[in-house]
Amino acid sequence: MIIIDNISKSFGTLEVLKGVSLYVKPGEVVVVIGPSGSGKSTLLRCINYLEKINSGQIKVDGQLIGRKEVNGRLVDAPNKEIYKIRSGIGMVFQRFNLFPHMTVLQNIMEAPISVKKVSKQEAAELAVQLLEKVGLEEKANAYPAHLSGGQQQRVAIARALAMKPKIMLFDEPTSSLDPELVGEVLAVMKDLAKEGMTMVVVTHEMSFAKEVADRVIFMDEGKIVEEGPPSQIFTNPSHPRTREFLVKIL
Amino acid sequence: MDSLDFTVVLPRLPLFIQGAFMTVQLTFFAIVFGTMIGLVVALAKIIKFPIVNFIAGIYTWVFRGIPLLVQLVLIYYGLPSLGIEFTAYQAAAIGLSLCGGAYIAEIIRAGIQSIDKGQMEAAHSLGMSWSQAMFKIIIPQAYRRLIPPMGNEFITLLKDTSLVSVISMVELLRTATIHASSSFKPFEMYITAALIYLLLTTFFTVAFGRLESKLAISE
Repeated sequence: MIIIDNISKSFGTLEVLKGVSLYVKPGEVVVVIGPSGSGKSTLLRCINYLEKINSGQIKVDGQLIGRKEVNGRLVDAPNKEIYKIRSGIGMVFQRFNLFPHMTVLQNIMEAPISVKKVSKQEAAELAVQLLEKVGLEEKANAYPAHLSGGQQQRVAIARALAMKPKIMLFDEPTSSLDPELVGEVLAVMKDLAKEGMTMVVVTHEMSFAKEVADRVIFMDEGKIVEEGPPSQIFTNPSHPRTREFLVKIL
Repeated sequence: MDSLDFTVVLPRLPLFIQGAFMTVQLTFFAIVFGTMIGLVVALAKIIKFPIVNFIAGIYTWVFRGIPLLVQLVLIYYGLPSLGIEFTAYQAAAIGLSLCGGAYIAEIIRAGIQSIDKGQMEAAHSLGMSWSQAMFKIIIPQAYRRLIPPMGNEFITLLKDTSLVSVISMVELLRTATIHASSSFKPFEMYITAALIYLLLTTFFTVAFGRLESKLAISE
């Protein structure tokens, strides 16, 4: 589903990703953990081309991200193709990024209408369904500012799902939530995982990783240090740096 | 000191109103065209296209950097030397719009860039193009923040229309000047013009104040 092949990414002189390779199978839930500054968020943002990689390549569903082969040479893909690929990859941000000038319902309807050109009615029906799924149907006409952080993040998940993505990327989805609101967001994510959604989740919620992840990736200093099933990573990590990190966080 | 005599104003009041009407007309053109120019130039400054950024930069540099009075005389008295002739009315409307556009462009650019970067990223992550994100997500949010500085700019434009009196446009100030000399009552005539200007700018102040509080509620 996602093939990441030896990618590097620098911001100026700071090398954030140093040759990362990762393969995510359809329906797999991969949780990426690691200290801050380890490059895990950047890795996620490269998958849907919010960041442009410097070298290596990423393929999603067989399609190259941000690049295109023309006459045997790789060139930058036109914006149109990038927009199209992104529409099939949902993303949930740490700070929700709901559109504050729109109601909850409008937030969810906007992309299907303007990107997929579905009718208003169809978009509204889908939005209501998705709100029921995340348990917020009674908030359809509220503005984001009137919702709690947990509710905003559930709307953000519904908004991403409205594009019927094949992959969902979660960038520290619970990191800016009050502790008592984390559970409701994780519950929605667990449901998604059960339904077979392919997910890449950057998080500090180790309980979520243990319970839901098929595979846990530990990143440090721009590299994947260790990966494996949660049972192995959490109980018997092979790399000393993984152990060091887990001791601090658990 | 002569005694003040405001009775001389009364018979001339219709002429003052005519002058004020011209002032309002020019302000209207300057606002409409200035805002259109401003929006285009603001987007031209933001879009990731170096040549376009450069041209837009030159535009604001020139039209913000040269005094409006100089621009007006250059357009009306200077350009005919190059074979380009405008009526005073055209020259006034063009000058005010071009200069207003440069200021409005900066206001709109700053407003757009004040919106959290996460909004554009969220829109992009949903597959929206740059222009879709700009017109559906970013600008509608920036719009609320633009109200106070735009109100300011509209008031400035209204007051700046008085400069076109130097290119023989008979607007409010010029009306006062003409009657100041014909009646030998300059104070009465100029204070009348001043009060009418104040009345007109008060209209903008009140209207924008209301708009601001209305939008504040819906947020």
